[in-house]
Amino acid sequence: MYWLALKMLFNDKAKFFGIVMGVTLASLVITQQGSIFIGILSRTFGVITDMNYPEIWVMDPKVQFIDDTKPLQDTKLFEVRGVPGVASAVPLYKGMIRARMENGLFQNCNLYGLDDATLIGGPGEMVAGKLADLRMADSVIIDLEGATDKLARPNPVPGKPKIPIQIGDTLELNDHRAVVVGICKGSRTFQSQPNVFTTYSRAVTFAPRERKLLSFILVNAEPGMNLETLCRRITEKTGLSAYTADQFKMMTVNYFLKYTGIPINFGIAVSLGFLVGTLITGFMFYSFTIDNLKFLGTLKAMGTSDAMLMRMILLQALAVGLLGFGIGVGAATLFGVSMKNTQLAFWLTWQLLVVSMCAVVIICMLAAMLSVRKVVALEPAVVFKG
Amino acid sequence: MSTVPAQSPRTHSSSDRATAVHCRGVTKNYGTGNSTVRALRGIDLDVYEGELLMLVGPSGCGKTTLISVIAGVLDRDEGECSVFGKDFSALSSWERTRFRGETIGFVFQSFNLIPTLTIAENVSVPLLLNGVDRKAALQRAKEMLSVVGLGDRVNDTPNRLSGGQQQRVAISRALVHNPRLVVCDEPTSALDHETGHKVMELLRGVAMSGNRALVVVTHDNRIFDFADRIAHMDDGQVDKIVGSAKELYGPNMSAQQA
Repeated sequence: MYWLALKMLFNDKAKFFGIVMGVTLASLVITQQGSIFIGILSRTFGVITDMNYPEIWVMDPKVQFIDDTKPLQDTKLFEVRGVPGVASAVPLYKGMIRARMENGLFQNCNLYGLDDATLIGGPGEMVAGKLADLRMADSVIIDLEGATDKLARPNPVPGKPKIPIQIGDTLELNDHRAVVVGICKGSRTFQSQPNVFTTYSRAVTFAPRERKLLSFILVNAEPGMNLETLCRRITEKTGLSAYTADQFKMMTVNYFLKYTGIPINFGIAVSLGFLVGTLITGFMFYSFTIDNLKFLGTLKAMGTSDAMLMRMILLQALAVGLLGFGIGVGAATLFGVSMKNTQLAFWLTWQLLVVSMCAVVIICMLAAMLSVRKVVALEPAVVFKG
Repeated sequence: MSTVPAQSPRTHSSSDRATAVHCRGVTKNYGTGNSTVRALRGIDLDVYEGELLMLVGPSGCGKTTLISVIAGVLDRDEGECSVFGKDFSALSSWERTRFRGETIGFVFQSFNLIPTLTIAENVSVPLLLNGVDRKAALQRAKEMLSVVGLGDRVNDTPNRLSGGQQQRVAISRALVHNPRLVVCDEPTSALDHETGHKVMELLRGVAMSGNRALVVVTHDNRIFDFADRIAHMDDGQVDKIVGSAKELYGPNMSAQQA
């Protein structure tokens, strides 16, 4: 009978494609918008992911997210190093700086000052040059996005693409000369500003004058040390906040979720996708059932139980659901792949696939429920009424 | 009109055959209060194995309600009604569905063939419901279609067949699982005279071969000669049970009278 249910569905081509399109639309919108949402959120903590060396981030207790730096006294670094269980602790400067372009325009950049001795927190993947070249005078490393776009030099030929920054080129950072010694790859930031890496001591000379300049302390624990225990210990001993990298990521994400319109905007898009998908699928599936009501009544009269009819309808709903989900996710993935080298934030995670599939299952179940109610309530005697 | 096929059991008397359907004092009302419609008002009726009983009467007299009660697709309000000794009201919903699937074949006025399935698949449905595997069910369905002369059309969908052919498919579907009772609702009303006649010959010839009982609801007086007995209904009651149309309407019967 299940085979029969599927044949009834597949052979009614117009309705079948209509229902599948409804599910596909919902699945596509939920997956695509969800992926962009996750992609954008991932940019908020991209720096934390890229700096994969530190296990613990130590900061002022009032810091709410990665870009919300509240400088510390330099002496705090030594206090942290003195906490039992800390294997190493290095300073990190993180701030904004203005780069003056050749055409006279200014570009805001994220400036990272790495520990002079160890260069911990430096970019993981170099496209050109070496991280160690930061030990050269006035040296900076900039990210690929900045080098090819925002910090790139204008082409003297109008309409031609910008000329990317290369090793050996100079920049003017807050009235200081900086020499590019490397190009690195890294996550695009939430504000899409270029990332500029240099040593801590150089960064504090580049940066605008402030009384305190130490943004974060990057800590590695001794082997076998429980990170959360160490975080608590650092807080107790220094009065600073300490978070594991994952906790800091979540803290940053939660800030953006709570204080920006991102979740609402994407939530509306995803909800609309869900709603439209449910309405289209529900209507088409219900219409399919109504069209077949006479035949379902016939099957009922001939000895098909309500339970079997329900299972047949659920199977039909699941079949269109799986097909629509597959097409929708496939289309969303194609979209993501085609946008890979653009500025679009797109990150399709397996968790999102699960969420999307659950949404599709809910849509199909809602659509099936409407039909099942109609079929269960159907009197088999209706078949004798012509 | 053609002669009735030779295997007609009308030579047997009622008393030497087992009862297939037994109804006593069956009532059925629709609606409540002042709007109550008394569709059946105490029906007494027996149908015997190997018998083709026609239920005739004017529109609204309760024929369809009675056939629905007999087939177990509608609950009666009062009285007794059993099919091969089984009282539907004493069975659970699941038992009743199973019993219907095993014991009763249905032929409908508008055929009710599923348009998205081939005719072989349509005919295989009762077998699938009775647990026969798909391959065997399709094979049996094709054999049954050959019996009714549609062996070369098994892969066609119903909409490619004429009305008469579709009714032959419906008859195949009603008989494929070898039910003991076949209920037919106006099986010839959607067909022209000649096709209707052929369908009745088929019903009489094929359906009656297994000592089955057939209950046929009809308005069509042109097929009355195929009946072993005719039960005339009026106003929710069986008022006459006769052996032929002539007994019912006299020698000059007309379509209007039916």
